Amino acid sequence: MRKISPSEITPEHVYLSRRDILKSMGILTGAAALLAACNGKSPTFTLEPGLEGDPTADQLDPSASVTVDELGDPLNSFDDITNYNNYYEFSTDKIDVARLAEGYPTSPWEIQVGGLVHNPMTFSVDDLRNFEIEERIYRLRCVEAWSMVIPWMGFPLSKLLAQVEPKTEAKYVRFETIYDTEGMPGFSKYPFYQWPYVEGLRMDEAMHDLTLMATGLYGKDLLPQNGAPARLVVPWKYGFKSIKSIVKIDLVTEMPVSLWMNAAPNEYGFYANVNPEVDHPRWSQGSERRIGEFGRRETLMFNGYADEVASLYSGMDLAVNF
Amino acid sequence: MKRRRFHPLQIITYIVVWVPLIILLWDLTHDNLGADIIREATLRTGKTALVLLVLSLACTPVSTILNYKLLLKLRRPLGLYSFMYASIHFSIFIGVDYFFDLTLIKSALLEKRFAIVGLTTGLILLVLAITSTQGWKRRLKKRWAQLHKLAYAAGFLATVHYVWLVKQGVVEPWIWMGVVLILLLARVPTVKRFSLAVRNRLVS
Repeated sequence: MRKISPSEITPEHVYLSRRDILKSMGILTGAAALLAACNGKSPTFTLEPGLEGDPTADQLDPSASVTVDELGDPLNSFDDITNYNNYYEFSTDKIDVARLAEGYPTSPWEIQVGGLVHNPMTFSVDDLRNFEIEERIYRLRCVEAWSMVIPWMGFPLSKLLAQVEPKTEAKYVRFETIYDTEGMPGFSKYPFYQWPYVEGLRMDEAMHDLTLMATGLYGKDLLPQNGAPARLVVPWKYGFKSIKSIVKIDLVTEMPVSLWMNAAPNEYGFYANVNPEVDHPRWSQGSERRIGEFGRRETLMFNGYADEVASLYSGMDLAVNF
Repeated sequence: MKRRRFHPLQIITYIVVWVPLIILLWDLTHDNLGADIIREATLRTGKTALVLLVLSLACTPVSTILNYKLLLKLRRPLGLYSFMYASIHFSIFIGVDYFFDLTLIKSALLEKRFAIVGLTTGLILLVLAITSTQGWKRRLKKRWAQLHKLAYAAGFLATVHYVWLVKQGVVEPWIWMGVVLILLLARVPTVKRFSLAVRNRLVS
């Protein structure tokens, strides 16, 4: 008999209703954000699991606990975040992705986690919901020199990795996006790329607290164009490292070769840390355009997360390990 | 004063060249340019400049092959409107994208081959636009035609600028580069003679 999973019974708005409670505590969390910012930490908020209020339609409205990030910069709108996407499996045109991805089925879904682990596991969408979901306000800096501020929902990747118990030989984590040649038009349209989309992190990067498995944004489940049902978010690296719609996670000994490293090894390296000092061969990385603003902002080292992550790269030449 | 008579094809050309700008302004005022308005406006004006330049370059070989002299009269307006869109493209880059931040503009414009090639293309179009008048044609005499062959250089550099903008694996800029190279090839005397021979055989 087929097992009925909770999400098939619980509609999204009920599941989301706990965010309403959070909303009602808006002032409180706002204060917490200020405190967190003062501490120099990125603000994180834990949603109480198990709290469920009365569902109403407006609970599906995008909502975030704060209006600015810890640097005081406003969040980008839900509309901007969900209608401007680099997702070549659908289209290379950022404006077309949302339309082409509309209704793309992301449930049921499985994420196989294996490789050099003691306890290989397969996670369904519901398994992911069993993790404690928090809100993380992160800047996303695209290698194309534009950026957004996004209120993600998710959990640290380290919590998922802890469950599979990595072996000591594991040095890197390799991620893979769904390779669905039927449902996604990009594979036949762009045969140049070595599909599927692959990304990788060094073990210490993957275990870092900032590294997020995102399952939602603005208090809602992720939409397909943003990498539903689960994607990586590594805020101090260029956006292409934050691989979408993950189906496979493997712990490995060798440095994984990403799709972009394959496509243009001189332009896209394994680390891809946001770095205003190391330009893209064809354009400057010294400044960026924040979506919704006129003029340019100076790009911050490690996208403004240097205090948290710079130590991961001490002693490394970042111009060589770009 | 001699009254100029315009052929319908010229009139159509003078109208159609404004359409991309009108659509752009319409989309701008109707929030139809997506999240990154600046990028979209930059891309669209750049693309229109390229298309008009390529059309301008196509006039000579197409008029030779079709034996349709009127097309030659379209070269100047198409080139001038290409320059107009290139100017808007550049103005958005300087004034809206970089908001006249000279330090950032300097590093973005003068240190990266992608932008340098774009700037060079624009400067060529500027020179050609200034010298496009009858007065300059008279003054420069033979050298005028030589100078205006630079339109091919501008067309080629524009496609290089485009190729260097996109990520690997995006095909469209390469197609435009191919088109420009074919148009350039069509001006080579042997190729020209050959295509005329083919045409004459087809016509007779």
